[in-house]
Amino acid sequence: MATTLSTLAYLVASVLFILALRGLSHPETSRQGNLFGMIGMAIAIVATLLKPGMGFGGIALVIVGLAIGGTIGTIVAQRIQMTALPQLVAAFHSLVGMAAVFVAAAALYSPQSFGIGVPGNIKGASLLEMSLGLAIGAITFSGSVIAFLKLAGRMSGAPIIFKGQHMLNAGLGALLLVLIIAFVATGSPFLFWLIAILAFALGFLLIIPIGGADMPVVVSMLNSYSGWAAAGIGFTIGNLLLIVTGALVGASGAILSYIMCKGMNRSIINVLLGGFGSDGGAAAAGPGAADRAPVKAGSPEDAAYIMKNAQKIIVVPGYGMAVAQAQQVVREMADLLKKEGAEISYAIHPVAGRMPGHMNVLLAEANVPYDEVHELEEINAEFADADVAYVIGANDVTNPAAKTDKSSAIYGMPILDVERAKTVFFVKRGMASGYAGVENELFFRPNTMMLFGDAKKVTQEIVQALQK
Amino acid sequence: MSTPQQIANEAASIADRAAMLAEQARQMAEVVAPVAAAAEPFLYLLTIFLMACFVGYYVVWSVTPALHSPLMGVTNAISSVIVVGAILATGLSDSVAAKVFGFLAVTLAAVNIFGGFMVTRRMLAMFKKKGG
Repeated sequence: MATTLSTLAYLVASVLFILALRGLSHPETSRQGNLFGMIGMAIAIVATLLKPGMGFGGIALVIVGLAIGGTIGTIVAQRIQMTALPQLVAAFHSLVGMAAVFVAAAALYSPQSFGIGVPGNIKGASLLEMSLGLAIGAITFSGSVIAFLKLAGRMSGAPIIFKGQHMLNAGLGALLLVLIIAFVATGSPFLFWLIAILAFALGFLLIIPIGGADMPVVVSMLNSYSGWAAAGIGFTIGNLLLIVTGALVGASGAILSYIMCKGMNRSIINVLLGGFGSDGGAAAAGPGAADRAPVKAGSPEDAAYIMKNAQKIIVVPGYGMAVAQAQQVVREMADLLKKEGAEISYAIHPVAGRMPGHMNVLLAEANVPYDEVHELEEINAEFADADVAYVIGANDVTNPAAKTDKSSAIYGMPILDVERAKTVFFVKRGMASGYAGVENELFFRPNTMMLFGDAKKVTQEIVQALQK
Repeated sequence: MSTPQQIANEAASIADRAAMLAEQARQMAEVVAPVAAAAEPFLYLLTIFLMACFVGYYVVWSVTPALHSPLMGVTNAISSVIVVGAILATGLSDSVAAKVFGFLAVTLAAVNIFGGFMVTRRMLAMFKKKGG
């Protein structure tokens, strides 16, 4: 295929990718959007395979690679549990990062394939773009591997902090810049691999101090990095499609990180420096704890009785619901309550779960219609005339201290006003504080009833009581 | 009134100056041309990059928060468009090292392309309306 034709094909693919993202503005158009994305990718791959100079052997090799990777990807995507989605996405990001490293390496050893020079004599600008793509790709890879291990629970979610950590990272970052400058000047393969190793180490060190519940920000940020890495490679090989797509993905990840940070009222710097949620929470209980009214604990039967007589019920799910796999039984409870004449809706905090939109997917999986599920701004005013707020697996995002207590670690964070409901049920395993290590004063309010136990088991018992 | 001779002389000198300026311009162009030729493709790519950043910014803000997980799935799949670079490396290079790196990159990117689009499709299929 002539160059003009392949450029045209890449342009069409870019437009299809933009439409794929545009489709996600509404669930109805989203499926079509995803289809556009697939078509765009197919056009890009075919147009590249038809480029002049592609030998039969090369095409065969590419098809073998596509078949192996495609089979693995398809099997993984079919089998993955929706609760394991965050770690799957992290794992996928690591692959994009590694692929960027490999393409950069290929461009170094065979620059003539991309028209950027000959081995040992590559244009300086191309070397700069190559090393940027390489460094961002390598950081994306190792950072995503750590995020994956933390999300999958194969590594403790607790932040790993040591003395001089930030100095070390800053030093390594400066060294990385020096190496990149030296590489641009010399084009030495040795320096190329040194940059790769250093960037791998940096990605690893940047993510270990960040706690488990900050992973939504980390996953979004790595999403953004994978886009910038693709754009960097796009500049290296002078490919429009890679540049456009890289920019789209980079912007998307950056916006998601911003939304997540805003949902916690923390700056991105504060999240990235890490260490949040490291103190056990015992110290944060505060002096007032002893004077407080005792906590009121109830049984699932009590909860069933109260909810049976309620008109308006708002369910507030959090990460604990995902851990207990309770989404299905929550929907069963909602169905029974609807039969009793109650109106059910769900309130989702922007940072609920371990990735942006995690709760929405889990509820959708449990067949909860998406028009019953609302974002914080849409539903917050409705707690005031709700009879029941059913908080399951969420904690910090409901803590009124965020509005009143200036000394609190979560002060200023937007919260769901569950305390305004007539009765608040808190499904929780114990009295432990949430991720932020702050005690939730809501537990001690007269209109709060604690339902101690596993989220799924407690909800199941409520369902049984409702069926009686 | 100037004589025809004077006019001819003036015309000649103007023509000389024009020729000189043209020569200067040509010399300047010779100095600048290689720089411009090198800078132009980069500036062109940079322009496209910045435009795409803006498009991304506006398109992503219009994504409903309920679909932020599928958004990550799709962006993950399309960022694997890096496969284009990997295919070129595999298919066009004579260097064995570059072929191997290209092949590995094609395989990794393919996991992502298929995995990303498939898992997004699975997610989106679950979003249903009331009574739907």
